[in-house]
Amino acid sequence: MSEVRKGYVRPLDIKHGQVDMAHGSGGRAMAQLIEELFAKHLGNEYLAQGDDGALLPAPGAGRLVMATDSHVVSPLFFPGGDIGCLSVHGTINDVAVMGATPLWLSAGFILEEGFKLADLALIVQSMAQAAKEAGVPIVTGDTKVVERGKGDGVFITTTGVGVVAPGQELSGRNARPGDAILVSGTLGDHGMAIMAVRESLGFESPIVSDTAALHGLIAAMRDSGADIHVLRDPTRGGLATTLNEIAQQSGVGMMLQEKALPVKPAVNAACEFLGLDPLYVANEGKLVAICAEQDAEKLLAAMRAHPLGGAAARIGTVHEDAHHFVQMTTGFGGKRIVDWLSGEQLPRIC
Amino acid sequence: MKYIDEFRDGDVARGLAEAIRREANPERRYHFMEFCGGHTHAISRYGVADLLPDNVKMIHGPGCPVCVLPIGRVDQAIRLALEDGVTLCTYGDCLRVPASDGLSLLKAKARGADIRMVYSSADAVTLAQKHPEKQVVFFAIGFETTTPPTAVAIKQAAALGLKNFSVLCCHVLTPSAISSILESPEVRQWGTVPLDGFIGPAHVSTIIGSRPYEFFAEEYRKPVVIAGFEPLDVMQAIRMLIRQVNEGRAEVENEFSRAVDREGNKKAQQLVAEVFEMRKNFEWRGLNVLPYSALRIRRQFAEFDAEKRFPLDYQPVPDHKACECGAILRGVKRPQDCKLFGTVCTPENPIGSCMVSSEGACAAHYTYGRYKDV
Repeated sequence: MSEVRKGYVRPLDIKHGQVDMAHGSGGRAMAQLIEELFAKHLGNEYLAQGDDGALLPAPGAGRLVMATDSHVVSPLFFPGGDIGCLSVHGTINDVAVMGATPLWLSAGFILEEGFKLADLALIVQSMAQAAKEAGVPIVTGDTKVVERGKGDGVFITTTGVGVVAPGQELSGRNARPGDAILVSGTLGDHGMAIMAVRESLGFESPIVSDTAALHGLIAAMRDSGADIHVLRDPTRGGLATTLNEIAQQSGVGMMLQEKALPVKPAVNAACEFLGLDPLYVANEGKLVAICAEQDAEKLLAAMRAHPLGGAAARIGTVHEDAHHFVQMTTGFGGKRIVDWLSGEQLPRIC
Repeated sequence: MKYIDEFRDGDVARGLAEAIRREANPERRYHFMEFCGGHTHAISRYGVADLLPDNVKMIHGPGCPVCVLPIGRVDQAIRLALEDGVTLCTYGDCLRVPASDGLSLLKAKARGADIRMVYSSADAVTLAQKHPEKQVVFFAIGFETTTPPTAVAIKQAAALGLKNFSVLCCHVLTPSAISSILESPEVRQWGTVPLDGFIGPAHVSTIIGSRPYEFFAEEYRKPVVIAGFEPLDVMQAIRMLIRQVNEGRAEVENEFSRAVDREGNKKAQQLVAEVFEMRKNFEWRGLNVLPYSALRIRRQFAEFDAEKRFPLDYQPVPDHKACECGAILRGVKRPQDCKLFGTVCTPENPIGSCMVSSEGACAAHYTYGRYKDV
């Protein structure tokens, strides 16, 4: 990285400036963008090394987990969050549901020519805050710029690394007949928050995204001593898709109780209005836990005691089923399949 | 949710189920057709069939707007978008309907066609206003419920003097589809489709009222009960149909009186009459060509008629040989009777139109009820 000499170059005009092709050229303009925007907000000892990669201490015992997630949400700013904090939370959660303690993140930015630097600054600040709150620093990054019309403002890819303590074994393959199925809170908040601000829909709602980093909640769940078999965050495709994945991986069936599903009235109403099913709407701060039946109450209590698990609920049970169907007893008294999401319910939500 | 949860109450449902069981004569069988896809969806999603006694069977009808759209019409829309370079707007369900050459509107979009999903016809008009350099075509489908909004869009475009907005009108009429079923040899001569009555449309009836069904009750001696789309509405309607059958009556009754009256929405009817007129013939998927069963745009509004603005001749295209959508739409077969069902034809890769929309009989059974088949 070439150093920008103070006094020779005018500082970035963050208030009125826009991203131009030079910001991705590898030259001085790029160095300035990194120094005055990215490094300024995200700064930490590893990022400050200024090399092509971050040199990190090798963690002690245990195994490493690595996960990556690209974020293309539209709109970039939505009630309850923005693409910045979402990109931090999303990847931390992918690492954490593996049972790992997240340690570091990387961030790759694809910026569109003409994107307002003021908006970029807001996004980077939001990432910085989310990373700080989570205690997971962004230790390396990359910036590219594409011509106007070739991107949609900004796309962010984050990769996370974490470490799993010896003896921890969480996988979508571990659900067993008899296990209890729990969720950490209300379903569909993120997807409906995004949907409600799509300009073409023209309705207002009080729904805010639930975007949040879940590793704290997961640590509390682990500390409860409950025998947890599977953890997963039901993002795109919602709870229904996540449960179908687990049922398939573990070779089991599931039976849900519709009445037990936690859904906010505003989310339910918005879904009803748009013909959507909250079971298929994305979450960004919720998790599904599958645990041994005898530990269900203990785990539920631990989840409810955490600020991110106040509305946690037991929603169903795992059973044997050669067809791996996820089924539900409807509030109406009948039975139905809760199928995989087919097609696309909502475009570009994360 | 106020005014919604009340119509999905499990305790009330059990009470109604008990009443249906009491009133249904165990000595006979009852076969009722729910005309609308909205009812089909509610029955599958809430598991209504599980609550009915074994001798009360529901037959899925043709009232799913996407399902009855023939391949030739989707082909026209695709041609407009791919060859004439128009911006084609339509409702979401339409995008996945299979057309000729393995295409659908969604696949045409991937090939570079400008195809937009809109939530209302007004969005298409707005799009035309914003992009005077583009020709915007609204691919208008649906029964009487979606027709008035299309009429409004055309009148709006006329008022705005838009030169770049037109409508590919494929609006169809409910009573024609009901007649076609009642006139089919399976019902009339051979009796292979036993039909003891209809659950009449909910939303369509808010527009046309309950009067148009009186003809079917009188002429064909079939009871009709108009019902809302909530599961309790459906169950109450089934109970009312059982009573009519037991008492030997064939009348039009209205379960959905909170939204439907005998005359319907006069204002909407006037709007539709002002903008549209009857087509002599229209091809339906599954029901073939039905006379006076669809609408076209009146000459007065011809400049907004995509069929006049663009060179679009209609080419009928036969369905996939093994696809049973036609028989399913007429109530002759059930989704699980089709060889393609759940094997090559799934919601991800629909061969027939009944697998496309969530209101289609095949999609509803695949998505909610296929555990019963194994």
